[in-house]
Amino acid sequence: MAETNINHYAAKDFKSDQEVRWCPGCGDHGILASLQKTLAELDIPKEKYVFVSGIGCSSRLPYYMNTYGFHGIHGRAAAIATGIKIANPDLMVWEMTGDGDALAIGGNHYIHAIRRNIDIKIILFNNEIYGLTKGQYSPTSKKGLTTKTSPYGTIEEPFKIGELTIGANGRFFARTVDYNLQLSNEVYKEAAKFHGTAVVEVIQNCVIFNDGTHDAFTSKENRDDNTITLRHGEKMIFGKNRDKGIILKDLKLRVVKIGENGITEKDILTHDAHEPNPGIHYRLAGMSLPEYPVALGVIRAISAQTYDAAMMEQHERVQARSKIRTVDELLRSGSTWEVK
Amino acid sequence: MGKRSKVIEKDAVVIRFSGDSGDGMQLTGTLFSNTSALFGHDISTFPDYPAEIRAPQGTVGGVSGFQVHIGHKLINTPGDFTDILVAMNPAAIRANARWLRKGSTIIYDSDNFTEKSIQRAGYKADPFAEDKLDSMNLIAAPISTLVKEALKDMEIDPKTVLRTKNMFALGMVYWLFDSKLKYTEDFIEEKFGKKPLVAEANSKVLRAGYYYGETIEALTPSYRVDPAPIRKGTYRNINGNQATAWGVLAAAEKAGLKLFIGSYPITPATGVLEELALRKDMGVKSLQAEDEIAGICTSIGASFAGRMAVTSTSGPGLALKSEALNLAVMTELPLVVIDVQRGGPSTGLPTKTEQSDLWQALYGRNGESPVPVIAAGTPSDCFWFGFEAAKIAVEHMTPVILLTDSYLANGSEPWRIPSTKDLPPITVPYAVKTDKEFLAYERDPVTLARKWAIPGTPGLEHRVGGLEKTVKGSVSYTPENHEYMVKIRDEKVERIVKEVPDLKVLGKKTGDLLVIGWGSSYGHITTAVTELQQEGYAVSAAVFNYIRPLPKNTAKVFAGFDKLVVCELNTGQFANYLRMKHQKYTYNQYNKIQGLPFTVKEIKDYCVKLLKGKKNG
Repeated sequence: MAETNINHYAAKDFKSDQEVRWCPGCGDHGILASLQKTLAELDIPKEKYVFVSGIGCSSRLPYYMNTYGFHGIHGRAAAIATGIKIANPDLMVWEMTGDGDALAIGGNHYIHAIRRNIDIKIILFNNEIYGLTKGQYSPTSKKGLTTKTSPYGTIEEPFKIGELTIGANGRFFARTVDYNLQLSNEVYKEAAKFHGTAVVEVIQNCVIFNDGTHDAFTSKENRDDNTITLRHGEKMIFGKNRDKGIILKDLKLRVVKIGENGITEKDILTHDAHEPNPGIHYRLAGMSLPEYPVALGVIRAISAQTYDAAMMEQHERVQARSKIRTVDELLRSGSTWEVK
Repeated sequence: MGKRSKVIEKDAVVIRFSGDSGDGMQLTGTLFSNTSALFGHDISTFPDYPAEIRAPQGTVGGVSGFQVHIGHKLINTPGDFTDILVAMNPAAIRANARWLRKGSTIIYDSDNFTEKSIQRAGYKADPFAEDKLDSMNLIAAPISTLVKEALKDMEIDPKTVLRTKNMFALGMVYWLFDSKLKYTEDFIEEKFGKKPLVAEANSKVLRAGYYYGETIEALTPSYRVDPAPIRKGTYRNINGNQATAWGVLAAAEKAGLKLFIGSYPITPATGVLEELALRKDMGVKSLQAEDEIAGICTSIGASFAGRMAVTSTSGPGLALKSEALNLAVMTELPLVVIDVQRGGPSTGLPTKTEQSDLWQALYGRNGESPVPVIAAGTPSDCFWFGFEAAKIAVEHMTPVILLTDSYLANGSEPWRIPSTKDLPPITVPYAVKTDKEFLAYERDPVTLARKWAIPGTPGLEHRVGGLEKTVKGSVSYTPENHEYMVKIRDEKVERIVKEVPDLKVLGKKTGDLLVIGWGSSYGHITTAVTELQQEGYAVSAAVFNYIRPLPKNTAKVFAGFDKLVVCELNTGQFANYLRMKHQKYTYNQYNKIQGLPFTVKEIKDYCVKLLKGKKNG
């Protein structure tokens, strides 16, 4: 990807003077680094970025980013970001949030931002735990997880972020892993270029309260066989030996081995991230172990009018029709009378 | 028009249109009010309706009323007692019987006074006898029958026919006042332009009602109320919600800012959002948010991004917004929060009026949370205080709460249209890039407001947020810094007092009794006190619009009177606030918590009792 980068930024230009206070070994460090690298590579003046967040470990990120930043209150980042973007559509608004912030207390704002397709980039750090409050279960914690508030294991089914997002009519959904700087950089750039609400779920490890929760597909020994990186136009092939693939049979996704049972590469699905029908993306986003590999990369990216653009368009339409431009004109519109 | 046998000339008349919530009484009342205002009467209106859109038919709980007070003199209240009641059913009689003045005229749809509907309203057999209204001037009009008759040649469905009944009643009232039908006919034409048959039916019935009034003339006196001595100028009718919306819009224009409103529908505040949603022609961006919290949070975001930001709500919504309101306190961003109060607690009385959110506005948040609070006094006053709230918010970089209420929001009055060139200027404290490092919480030495650095401006990148900050904008948990910041945020709000106009006294600056109120009690208190003064009592009135901070001369005003009484529609929130702020005075209280505004009479009665009947000298 050739970048013009007329602003000649380096990643360090996006480092603020604040001391980064995440725990050593936290996955958030990797997310920050790849975001700073991404911004340096995008051709956008620094003052146009606004980083908005809610509450939680993830939400400290705006302090470390040398851009405009707004550290909000718990769950409300999507609403604050929405206001900023509507107020000034020239800004590029990034929302930093976590599984508790976005999906528990902020669930309502999350689904409505997506439904409206407001042009913001939501980076959702998913560590399946409440970190800043020191280890309580979250809406994405695996069922049965023992935490301080579930001492006998949770009895709740977790949300799958991809399903929730696509279910809310999400037009862009991608998934990456905190330590995978290359894939993250690629996915963040795609999100940045997308017009509309772009959700990136970052599989993130909390070293203190939920260490290793994603190991089944993120550890060195598991990742090749238990994840599949989807790229638009490419075959859905994965595995250490690149010999496994995904097919659709009897309305169900199935994992097959190339060369077995007469399966050839030709039978493997080709990823179409731009397919408007959400059916296949919903299933890909929902794939989980042990039956399936976990899908990474841009799973869905379909273009639709953004809320902020629709609002501008409506303004122009109304302005073409109405003569009222000033308060004096407004006050004298409609029925008035003279007292002499 | 025909000769009138008996004409009663009056300075002021109160008319109440009353019927089922589906009878179109709000519209009927509005049309009558506008017609009167166009004629040159001063008016004040009071819509009073149930929370249900179509409450059970024929029940007292389902009665929807619209009261209008028209006058040749200046009118400050919608009136305590009714001179003319239009009752579409027996329930309307039951609901209004105790508010009828002696010798009132009652026009009622006799077709609707069946045994069943009479019993439904809680009467045994004869509403007029049971409520002792026999001596009133009763005009029985078989409106349903007459409407059917008037429209019998038109090809419209029976439901539409009956829906024109309100126009018949309106026509009769117009005859009583010898009013012109033109305004209403124009309205009908505009409203039903696309349905010419419906328009024709409504016009026909309106005229039928008028001529019916003429036909039965011998039975009833008619009224004449001359135009009021009103100041020269261009006028319009305006209600509180509309005035509030236009006030903040005027402030945005004056400040050179574009307006953003993020809100969630809630009675009785929705009109503010609806009004501003119309104004895309003026560049207003409006968002009907997913909830109250998103309403304020989108507004905070828009404020951060450089818009004049507004969110409107009522009591329950203000409760939901309180955490985010503190975010605006902490980030020191301008924001106007409009609370159109209603009866509480909880869902309470959604369509009724109350002044019971005062403490919530002042104190309903965690931590030390200073927020300026101001309150409008009349429907058109909402324009000035909407403007003022926005001006304070921007110039002092703070959220401001503007309190109005259901009574102001729905009430309307003629308003002499101002020119925006006469409005005070608004100075926006923009941050500008200099050689020095930009410090997000560096303050103006006079106002203590920080500077507004708008995203998109090169070189002013900074972070704000709910965590305690240093002057530089870095997160800090240092004990001394927190105490310093808490105190300086408070001091910033207190310093607004320099711009708060002195409290005005209606009447002499000394006397036996000062009647104190705040916000929407203005009309009733000033009318009561004016009447008491005319009757020879040494009484004055002072109605507050600035609650936090209070005007500088507050104590000086109080000191001039032997007794103070605080009248408010709650259990004494403002009285207790004054007890805290100005401790050396004794405050009597007169409170009402019925979801209704005061009546002039009850304020007067209380004052006379407090004075033990003592007059001047």
